[in-house]
Amino acid sequence: MSEATITHAPSPELIVSLRGISTRFGRKVVHEGLDLDIERGEIVALVGGSGSGKTTLLRHLIGLTQPAAGSVALFGEDLRAGSPRARLARQRRYGVLFQQGALFSAFTVAENIAFPLRELGVVHPHEIDDLIAVKLAMVELEPEHAVLMPAELSGGMVRRVALARALALEPELLLLDEPTAGLDPDLSAAFVRLILSLRQALGLTVVLITHDLDTIVAMATRIAVLADKRIISYASLDDTLQVEHPFIERFFGGAQGRRALARHRAED
Amino acid sequence: MSKSALHNESPDDSRADASAPSAATAGAGARPPDPAHPPSPVACALPRITLDGAADTARVHGDWTLCALTERLDTVRSQLAHAAPAAAWDLGAVQGLDSFGATLLWRAWGGRWPERLQLSVAQRSIFARVAQHALQGLPAVPRQSASDLLVHLGRQLLGFGRHLTAMLGLLGQLLLDVLHLLRHPRAWPVLEISANVYKVGVKAMPVSALVGFLIGVVLSYLSALQLKLFGADVFIVNILGLGIIRELGPVLVSVLVAGRSGSAMTAQLGVMRVTQEIDALAAMGVSISQRLALPKVIALTLAMPLLVLWTSGVALLGGWVSALIELDLSFHYFITALPDAVPIANLYIGLAKGAVFGFLIALIACHFGLRVQPNTESLSRNTTASVVTSITLVILVDAIFAIATRSIGIPG
Repeated sequence: MSEATITHAPSPELIVSLRGISTRFGRKVVHEGLDLDIERGEIVALVGGSGSGKTTLLRHLIGLTQPAAGSVALFGEDLRAGSPRARLARQRRYGVLFQQGALFSAFTVAENIAFPLRELGVVHPHEIDDLIAVKLAMVELEPEHAVLMPAELSGGMVRRVALARALALEPELLLLDEPTAGLDPDLSAAFVRLILSLRQALGLTVVLITHDLDTIVAMATRIAVLADKRIISYASLDDTLQVEHPFIERFFGGAQGRRALARHRAED
Repeated sequence: MSKSALHNESPDDSRADASAPSAATAGAGARPPDPAHPPSPVACALPRITLDGAADTARVHGDWTLCALTERLDTVRSQLAHAAPAAAWDLGAVQGLDSFGATLLWRAWGGRWPERLQLSVAQRSIFARVAQHALQGLPAVPRQSASDLLVHLGRQLLGFGRHLTAMLGLLGQLLLDVLHLLRHPRAWPVLEISANVYKVGVKAMPVSALVGFLIGVVLSYLSALQLKLFGADVFIVNILGLGIIRELGPVLVSVLVAGRSGSAMTAQLGVMRVTQEIDALAAMGVSISQRLALPKVIALTLAMPLLVLWTSGVALLGGWVSALIELDLSFHYFITALPDAVPIANLYIGLAKGAVFGFLIALIACHFGLRVQPNTESLSRNTTASVVTSITLVILVDAIFAIATRSIGIPG
């Protein structure tokens, strides 16, 4: 991560590029001079203490909020560059899984997944039905679940339907906010397998916020550690462990961390 | 091509491979990359199909991804329609494939694997997923029929009955709560009641004053025009006094409060249901009716007569202003003639109506608020139902009042 980048012209292979991001909530400074570059095909786990601004960073990435300073670029283009049409096209290249799922409660499961496809305006209804069936299968749900309303779903199912909706537009970049929180270990493992297979098949780039070390160990190719208002380390798991920082030691040094790492080493 | 998993290799295929680079682009589907085509905002290889007529081979090129296909879906669809399903399909030149691209091809193949097909292992797994799950169809949403209409009507009637019993249940629960509180005076939710009085009463004063004043002006102006014709100017006091104090004031305030505070109560309880706050309260052993419903009902029952008094007063003031301009009626005359023209019983009737209407509005608002299911659709439906029901019921009860009190407080 070069500190002294003056002009911000990220290469197209940089899916995500954050430069000098600063965020303030009132007097509270959340990010200050934060830089992060994510290359195509990476699965990046964004970790950090609670309240360290992980979700805020994700919201900057998708343009829901704007940092006080700094620039955000996706797919090599600044987030606000280009015509409205180009911006819309860029928005369709990523899918977001929100922390609570954010399913439309007035729609059935099928309508939720179909919604982004219908918005596209070119896909035929029977093709949409096919795609719904495929997406449901991808997230290991049954076709019968298609007619349920979000209020009738369990927490894990909400998460999977939300993932199916995020995948509806075949995104290149998948942003996941706590995807495995509240899932049982079995489902978490299935989720990890699913993301890995999607990455292999579609060349997905994934940014996920998580506290679950098992998930990080199982799928992250790189770990971005958000502490002291910036990214203090962006490296593979083994290299991250070498970094001396109180947060990293606490995060990976706990009981769950040691167990997960031991399993990781055993697999190696 | 050697890496491709060949599905059903035939001599034709290998011959076609040899001539691949110079394959004559025959057929309607053939199309070279079009420089005139506006470049898509995303750099994708153009998805297209070239037909090799001699070898009967359909060659698929480019990115078969949603983002690439969206730009030229109609062209691709017509190309797919022209390619015979029986042809040999070669997906060797496909750069990217997602489930949408696979779905398109799978539909073009008529929902089964072509006899001769060349594709890579990764592509095969994508097609396998589509093959397994697409076309099987989603469970159909049942269609409405004539008998469903009857069932629907019956449900509505039963639903009405359920609403009545549920509201009666809530009323009974509130009565029990009051009895309980009478025996445990320290448990009165005083804070909640006072907060609600402030919210539904004090904060509603400006808007009810504005509406009351304007209605007073309009009513007085129109009456004055008629009264002037007959030279019966002084009767403006009777018309305004009786009309506003007995009838218009309470009904006007009720409609305003139902729209303003009734809907807010329903929405608040509804959102508390959606965010599981009601469950959390119940889990802590806190009585929902006592802490949420009762303060609202008591507060509105207390605040409404005061609001009625306030609004009627302001409406009379508006009426006098209009009468001053139109009939040159002095304030002194207006205020001294009022008690003679309007017996005090009318004020009591107006205030009693206010209390009853306030009680009904709050009861209905709480009833619908507690029925909200945890989704946005139900929230909006119940809020609408709450406002519509309370306004309708207020007018219904007002009619009953009119009949029941027909011999009280009418001068002459």
